Order: sequence, then structure tokens, then C-alpha cells
Amino acid sequence: MRFFLFAIRRLAASVPTLLIVLAGLFMLLQFAPGDTVDALVAQMGGGDSAMMEQLRKYYGLDATATVQLIRYLTRLVRLDLGFSAIYGKPVIDVILERLPATLLLMASSLSFAFAGGLVLGVLAARRVNQWPDGVISTIGAIFYATPAFWLGLMGIIIFAVNLRWLPAGGLEEIGSGHIGLRRAVDIVWHLALPTATLGLIFLATYLRIMRASMLEVMTLDFVRTARAKGLAKATVLRRHVLRNALLPMVTLVGLQAGTMLGGSVVVESVFALPGLGRLAYEAVVQRDLNTLLGIVFVSALLVICVNFLVDILYARLDPRIAN
Amino acid sequence: MQTLTRFLGNPVALIGLVLLVLVTAMALSAASLFPNNPLDLAGRPLQWPLSNPRFWLGTDVQGRDIAAVMFYGARVSLLIGVVATLIAMTIGILIGALAGYYGGIADELLMRLTEAFQTLPNFLLLLVLVAVFGSDIKTVTIAIGLVSWPASARLTRAEFLSLRNREFVEACRTIGMRDMQIIFREILPNALPPVIVYASVVMAVAILLESALAFLNLSDPNVPSWGNLIGGGRAVLRTQWYVSAIPGVAILMTVLAVSLIGQGLNDALNPRLKRR
Repeated sequence: MRFFLFAIRRLAASVPTLLIVLAGLFMLLQFAPGDTVDALVAQMGGGDSAMMEQLRKYYGLDATATVQLIRYLTRLVRLDLGFSAIYGKPVIDVILERLPATLLLMASSLSFAFAGGLVLGVLAARRVNQWPDGVISTIGAIFYATPAFWLGLMGIIIFAVNLRWLPAGGLEEIGSGHIGLRRAVDIVWHLALPTATLGLIFLATYLRIMRASMLEVMTLDFVRTARAKGLAKATVLRRHVLRNALLPMVTLVGLQAGTMLGGSVVVESVFALPGLGRLAYEAVVQRDLNTLLGIVFVSALLVICVNFLVDILYARLDPRIAN
Repeated sequence: MQTLTRFLGNPVALIGLVLLVLVTAMALSAASLFPNNPLDLAGRPLQWPLSNPRFWLGTDVQGRDIAAVMFYGARVSLLIGVVATLIAMTIGILIGALAGYYGGIADELLMRLTEAFQTLPNFLLLLVLVAVFGSDIKTVTIAIGLVSWPASARLTRAEFLSLRNREFVEACRTIGMRDMQIIFREILPNALPPVIVYASVVMAVAILLESALAFLNLSDPNVPSWGNLIGGGRAVLRTQWYVSAIPGVAILMTVLAVSLIGQGLNDALNPRLKRR
């Protein structure tokens, strides 16, 4: 019950944040040169001012900014993100079409970065200030400084063009007619390079946090107690140090959810993946502001969801938090 | 002084410093080494590096001298990195200081705002700002600064929270100093070291954000930039891969330099942590 209350409280706390985000986005929209009607008229190839007035009335653009903001918010509650003039359908439909590819890419890169960072972080911490630590930390620093899009392009040159091991782009073989397991394998095949690209960049951060966190926990009293009562070094590490050292890693997942979504914009563009990030890029190029703001809204929701899950997980791992 | 000796005695910091000096030298010597406009046609397109003594890094799809774009690109990357970082740190320190010093409702409101910014993926917000306000170099720099401040605000706030009830602050209040004086002249200098270390992270991210924007061709097209060169090289990636490969190394080195210096500063300011 107490846990349930904690969950509700965390969820309620994100409502004001979301409201600020939405009001901010609406204000940005007011700053944008031209409105929906201008975009529509430009699409149609011009129109007279009387018709534009009529259209503005039809879309409710003649009301005051406050009224428009309230209308905008009520529409968002119903997940009505407006209409995309470019794609010719509601924005929410366009976004839902593209969401799975991004979620897949994020989940796989996150798992890769988390697992890799965990293992390498533990290895580095166990050999602190010896050569394995030096090598691991150096590689981490280099990947941290690497631009994701460049790493992706170099991956394509090596693994797709020269070695021909992996496909250079796309989510699956188009027109291959694969279904079921064959299709899943095909998608995994196509996602290998994008996952490695996005994952390696974030692995560096996870590795650094894991190493620092391990070193921190190893100095605590309960670890000394565990060693003193005669437990083997590996057992102390696994059962006592690792569990506690994992907490900052879990926090990092929540903190980096947004950054990862941002990173997916470039990675999806490099690998021609039909995801949300690529959609955002296309929306900027085509000046489709409705779609762009819709993507930002959905991304904010996604980040809030991830953080909520992280909080729940955190409270499970450390029961003191929920109180 | 002791901090400086520790900083210079640290190999990590030294490597970073040397790299940064190299990139800065590139930026400063660009105009004297390459007096022509780096975006103009210089010779036959797509010549391989070292194949023509006039273009030792080769030419790109549009026949521009890659070496010239690299040198001028160093200017843009450093300039955008420094200015955007200054903007982000100013906003972050201001918001964090006010929230941490006053607490209560001010803290609540400012932290909600910070949280809202942290909820939005910063690259997506950057795309929105560029889509709305255009993409000339000034707008891009300000936009990068505007999306990069939240973490430094949190850091400053945490420092202020731990400092605001110290005795020296109480003493300042007792002698009747004004709030602004206490915040900026008394507490801020004490709160600054970790925030300055964090500035290196902000700068590293700012350079990466600009290069990603330029790679997607959404940054200022009239400015020679590494990201832009990589983006242009995509069309010939399968055959002339060097066009995309070369500028990436420069971005990597610059960001590495900045983050190594940050790490060195951190070690120098917290010598106790380093030995662990």
C-alpha cells in the first residue's frame, strides 16, 4: 500500500513539469513565423486573404493566445496532436507508426550500454590504477568524445562496405516477405550497427559511473564487516558491493533517457531507420511544426515514463526511498 | 598555485592541454595559412589526401580544400563551444544560486522549470529552436546554450544549499549585507569550483551538439564546420570515405581535450579522490 502511494505521488509530481513543458512549447509555436494556415496555403500554392481569414476562423486561430493555449492543452489530453499537412494525416498516427523502431533502438542500445558499462566498470574497479583500469578508462574517454554520427559512418565503412558483414541501413530487408522468426532475425541483423553506435557512446558514461560507484561502496563499513567475517572476495563483491553499486547506474538510466532519444535523431538519420528521431529531422526540413512539437511532447511523455519506472525500480532496490 | 602544480603534474590533464593548444593553434592560424575563402572551389573535386601537394588532406565533393575547412572549422567549433558554455553556465548559475539561496517557493518554481527542461531531450529541443528561429550561427550558439544549462543549475543549487547556513554567511547577514552581495560576492566564489569543472562537460556536449546539427545540414550553411563536411561526405561514403573520416577525428580530439582538462581540474581540486 505504501509502495502504491509512493507510485501515485511520483506520478502526480510530474504533472506540473509536463504543464510547463507544454506551455513552453505553445509559446514557441507563437514565435514561429507563419501559422498552420500559412503552411496550408503554401501547400495549395497560394490563396486570397478572405479565404485565409475563413481558414483561421475554422482552425480557431483568431482567438486570443490564452484561449488557444487552453484549447491546445485540452486537445493534448485527448492525445490530439493536430494534423500534419505534410503527411496528410493526424500527427499522432504518424508518430505511432514511427515509435516502435525508436523504442526498439533505445531498448537495445540501453541494454548494451548498461551491461557493457557494468562489466567493464567492475573490471576497472577491481584493478584500480593498474593497466586494465587504464585501458578501460582510456577507451571509455575516447568513446565519450566520439560524435555518434561519425562512429556510425565509420561502422558502415568497415562492417557494411568493406567486410560486408552487416547491412548499411534500414530496419529490415524491404520486399523480402520474411515473417515471424525470420523477420525478427532480419531486424536484429539490421539493428546491430545502430545499436552498437548509440550504445558505445553511452557505454562510456555507464562505465565511468559504475567504476566510481564500485570504488565508493568498497570503502564502506559493511564491506569491511563482510570481509572480516571471512567471506571470499568474489562473494563480497557479488552479494554486497555490486548490489549497492548498481543504484547510481539505475539513476543514470532515468537521467539519460532524454539524451538517448536525442542521440537517436542522428543515429536514425545515419542508418535510415524509420523512427521518431528521423521523423523529427524530416519535420524540421519540411517545416512541419505540428509534427515536430508532437514528437517533442511524446518524447517528454516517454522520458517521464522511464523516470517513473526508474523511481519504482529504485524504491524496490532500496526500500528506504519509498518512506 | 598548489592546484596548478597538481594539474600540470597530471598526465591526463597534460594530454588534454596539448590537444587543446593544437586545436587553438589551428583556429588562430587558419586565416594566414589559407587566405582564400575555405568554402570556395579550390580544385578538382574528390582528390585523395597526399595525391596532390596543394591539397594534402584532399578535396571534397564540391572541390573545397579539406585542410582549409578543417582549420576554419576549428574556429567555429571552439567559438560555439565557448560562447554556448558561457551562456549555459550564466543561466545555470543564476537559477541555481537564486533557488538554493532563497529556497521555498522560489526554489520550487525554478526547480520545476529546470526539471521541465531536463524532461525534454536536449537535441530535440535544439531542433525545435532551430526550426522556429532559423539557423544562422548566432541563433545556433544561443540555442545550444539554452538547452545546456539545467545540470549546472542543479549543481549550483546543491552547493548553495550546503553553504547558505554556514557561519560566514550568517556573519554577512548580521553585518547587514544585501542578499545580492552575499550571493555573488560571498557564497558564489566558494560554490564555483565544482561548477567550473562541470563547465568542461557542458563545452564537450556543446561541441558535439553543434557538429550533429551541422552534420544534419541544419546549422549555418555559410560557416565552414567539421560536422557539415562529414555530412557532405556521406554522398561518397562508399568510395571516398576520407571526406567523412578526417573531420571526425578533429571533433573527437577537441571533445577529448576538453573532457580530459575537466578531469584534470577535478583531480587537482579534489586530490583526495584521485588516489583511490
